[in-house]
Amino acid sequence: MNDNNQNSPSKFCAGCGHPIVLLALGKTLEEMGLSKQAVLGLDIGCSLLAINFLPINTFHTHHGRVSPTMVGFKKARQDSICLGYTGDGGAYAIGLQSLLHSAKRDEPITVLVVNNTVYAMTGGQTAPTTLIGQKTITDPEGCKSAPILGPELIRQVANTKAFLARVAVNDIKQAREFIKKAIETQQAGHFSLVEFLSFCPTNWRTKGRETLEYLENLKKVFKIGEI
Amino acid sequence: MVNSRQFLTGSEVFVRAAIDSGAGFMFGYPITPASEILSGWINSGKKYLQTEDEIAAGFALCGAVLGGEKAFTATSGPGNILMQDGLSMAEGMRLPFVMVAAQRGGPSSGTVIYSQQEVILSCFGGNGEGMRFVYSPSNLSELYKFTRKAFNDAWHYRFPAIILTDGYLLKTKGVIDFAKIGEIKNISPRALVPKDSVVHWPNIYTFEEELYQEIKLAKDDFEKVAEDIADCESYQTDKADILLVAHGIVGAAAKEAVDELRKKGINAGLFRPITLRPLARKKLDKIAGQESVKKIVVVESSLGQLARIIRDQIAPEICAEFAYMQYPGLGIETEAIVDFVAGLRVVSGEI
Repeated sequence: MNDNNQNSPSKFCAGCGHPIVLLALGKTLEEMGLSKQAVLGLDIGCSLLAINFLPINTFHTHHGRVSPTMVGFKKARQDSICLGYTGDGGAYAIGLQSLLHSAKRDEPITVLVVNNTVYAMTGGQTAPTTLIGQKTITDPEGCKSAPILGPELIRQVANTKAFLARVAVNDIKQAREFIKKAIETQQAGHFSLVEFLSFCPTNWRTKGRETLEYLENLKKVFKIGEI
Repeated sequence: MVNSRQFLTGSEVFVRAAIDSGAGFMFGYPITPASEILSGWINSGKKYLQTEDEIAAGFALCGAVLGGEKAFTATSGPGNILMQDGLSMAEGMRLPFVMVAAQRGGPSSGTVIYSQQEVILSCFGGNGEGMRFVYSPSNLSELYKFTRKAFNDAWHYRFPAIILTDGYLLKTKGVIDFAKIGEIKNISPRALVPKDSVVHWPNIYTFEEELYQEIKLAKDDFEKVAEDIADCESYQTDKADILLVAHGIVGAAAKEAVDELRKKGINAGLFRPITLRPLARKKLDKIAGQESVKKIVVVESSLGQLARIIRDQIAPEICAEFAYMQYPGLGIETEAIVDFVAGLRVVSGEI
């Protein structure tokens, strides 16, 4: 078991949205006094780079398998705050079956989905969230099908008390507010999921202002707010 | 006082063993012939989760043991394939992942009762090196005993443990005398993700050397543990001419065949591996290396999965000839083994 140096530099690309989400999470946990009870499971993809980002218990799982792993952890340790951290591919493609069933059963876990509309770690392939017309490595002519709207889809099977929301990483205040509500929902015994619309300048091939504009554009398709 | 002798099915025996081992939770997805374990566990009032598939059962099990719960799953055939995903994580992180694999005929959905075709899958499935304990019980009493042992070994040595059985043994109903098995002490589970300190626990690495160190450590530990846990039954092997090698319920038939063959004047013996991983190779070499041994007959309900393991692990200087009795997915009875071995001797002009 490695205990990586917490002071090692972040491994995320410059301009990546992940560190914003993780900092929002870390600060919210600290504020709620829950850092000790928190357990962060990581999906594989860019999410895996969060292994030593926060001073809380953190471990890797497999690609698409973070929700069932955290479901199992929660069964063993009901007093823990179980957080599953994943990308949009892990959540809505390979891991969708488990995610939907976790919501259907109203498992008291919190899933944090970082949606940047591509498979970023593997080089920018089409994801379940890729927009119509968006060009990717695997859709050089542009994606032809509409993106999956995760929280809206999950709403169809989730308990009415489940907290489902979407926020963008350029609104840190709302991001922290939603993380807090999601954790409180877990504490009340229900499923929660927050999707973060996030930057990926590396795979979007955007710079500075373009990146921000790209994100703003995403908000037209992916509705911000509680769902 | 409860009568120590009870009339139970294999599934009931397993459930009793899991309860007696102190297991608190089962994750499972229904599949024949392992479903009775899930329903039996539920009927005994224990905590469980019926997952959406075997992949989820495997990972939920990983999560539960990370949290410190003694837990397990049960599956078969196509489910065993899906379970390899979670088992691979368990192998990578040295998690005490306990599973019953109730073999069914394959490939594909195959059949549901009799088979020894999940040997290679259970021993070496996944993108790893097969660092897991695999027990192959030959009767109900061993099913109980080695289930208890699997839980203890998994938590003590921190390797995944698989009880490899089949539909036939799980559906067999027979008398089991718990007094004869005696008392077995349980190893207590512990929270692998600690409650009072912080760990950052990876299973994916940036550098080849980091992963290599982890594998090397696991390999050294596995080899050291093998000395303690590798187990086998040696029956009438002293100065035997013909050495039968068989495991599980085929091993039970082979044991009876040894007696029948000896009545016919054929000097047969049996090496029955109880752990397929790690294999009791020193014992195997000692028995198979005797000058008296002319033939090693591997008997199995598969096209050579046990034979592959035996040939791979046996000392290379052992020069007895191999012969193979292979009926993939078919039941193998004592008489068939006796006829096969007697036939071999006729062909080679020894009778």
